[in-house]
Amino acid sequence: MLEETAPEWLSEEVKTGTTIIAIEFNGGVVLGSDSRVSAGASVVNRVMNKLSPLHDKIYCALSGSAADAQTIAEIVNYQLDVHSTEIGEDPQVRSAATLVRNISYKYKEELSAHLIVAGWDRRGGGQVFATLNGLLTRQPFAVGGSGSLYVYGFVDAEYHRGMSRKESQQFVVNTLSLAMNRDGSSGGVAYIVTIDEHGTEEKVILGNQLPTFFDQ
Amino acid sequence: MALSNSYETPAPGFNFDNAARNAALEGLFDGGQTPKPLKTGTTIAGVVFKDGVVLGADTRATSSEVVADKMCAKIHFISPNIYCCGAGTAADTEKTTDLLSSNLTIFSLNSGRNPRVVMAVNILQDMLYRYHGQIGANLILGGVDCTGNHLYTVGPYGSVNKVPYLSMGSGDLAALGILEDGFKADLELSLAKELVRAAIHAGIMSDLGSGSNIDICVITKQGVDYIRPYQESQYKHSRKTKYKYPAGTTPILTEKVVPLKLEVVQETVQQMETA
Repeated sequence: MLEETAPEWLSEEVKTGTTIIAIEFNGGVVLGSDSRVSAGASVVNRVMNKLSPLHDKIYCALSGSAADAQTIAEIVNYQLDVHSTEIGEDPQVRSAATLVRNISYKYKEELSAHLIVAGWDRRGGGQVFATLNGLLTRQPFAVGGSGSLYVYGFVDAEYHRGMSRKESQQFVVNTLSLAMNRDGSSGGVAYIVTIDEHGTEEKVILGNQLPTFFDQ
Repeated sequence: MALSNSYETPAPGFNFDNAARNAALEGLFDGGQTPKPLKTGTTIAGVVFKDGVVLGADTRATSSEVVADKMCAKIHFISPNIYCCGAGTAADTEKTTDLLSSNLTIFSLNSGRNPRVVMAVNILQDMLYRYHGQIGANLILGGVDCTGNHLYTVGPYGSVNKVPYLSMGSGDLAALGILEDGFKADLELSLAKELVRAAIHAGIMSDLGSGSNIDICVITKQGVDYIRPYQESQYKHSRKTKYKYPAGTTPILTEKVVPLKLEVVQETVQQMETA
């Protein structure tokens, strides 16, 4: 007898099994992410940009459940808009990170998303904040998502302070490439966002232009 | 005065009262299966082309192994410039798109303009996220507005993806293969329609849950062309005999008429206000 069961991914939650990274450099931050969105074993979107703008010079990187992460980013985008109108100037990166942290902490049990917040403001320059599970901590660099496990060794060994803008971008691209090669839930193209006092620059690096390593 | 048999308008929004009833019913069936909700094992696809958006869908609605509806309409009207294909639980997609359409009609009447596709997407995302996946609707929204031609997909948990071409439903992997191979930016109308038709056809051939005919909906700035069906199934069965029997086929042997005597027990007169 033929068994007609609907494919699992139709009912499974859509997750951004992901690699995301953000690092501070002299004068700004660089954020990077892969572009794969999976639902079970199926890739639902292979070109999703997981770097979501919270404000002109503040971005966040999404990971975990796609719906939860997108919703948090939208809510914080709105709250930051109101906040920056109230104070009459561009918001601080710490404010954005605090707003994200407040939602992550309050709804800790219901949500399963991790956002890394990074940006540039006048007072503190380039800053990266991790908000995993409702904590708030400023770090020189942060990695997240399922692919981050494979590159902890690499980033710990290779990161050093005082990198230039170009060096930082190359570092982020290398990290993403290594993670995407090893993690089944990360892949596609790499999105890079560089934020400094002069502005925000978004770049896409296609799959065949990513750096290759010894086994490729 | 509210009479007991008068119609009370139901409270707005979704009502989960029957969830408790269903849970109780499951116990009564003695290990047997409660009737499953109607799922549209489906192939739906959409493509953005030079002048607008083309949406396509098959027309089979299944209830387990039986085809419940051979000509079901899976491309729903949202507004004159936005249409929506639905996969997943048939009832959920129907009701969700109806609700969305009503809300956007009110908006149109209020503002005097056609809604933008992002509006529809945001409202859908809001609602589906609020219900945390309980509403099993996988929707493809396509439309043309003042900002351009857009194609979005919204998942049951409330995730949104904006892409130039996509397919959903149980036949989506087959359809996606055709789309990945044939899609180019800024296609002409005839090529776009053919691409979507081929994609749905692949879904119909390779998936048991999809079948029957192919519907195509073309949305451009000039208007909407809803072609139903665009291509008919070549496996249509024609009935050999008619099932209408002429009067007198069954002979009447005896006839007995018993008049029912009804007594008037109570008479109430209610005056109508005609002033």
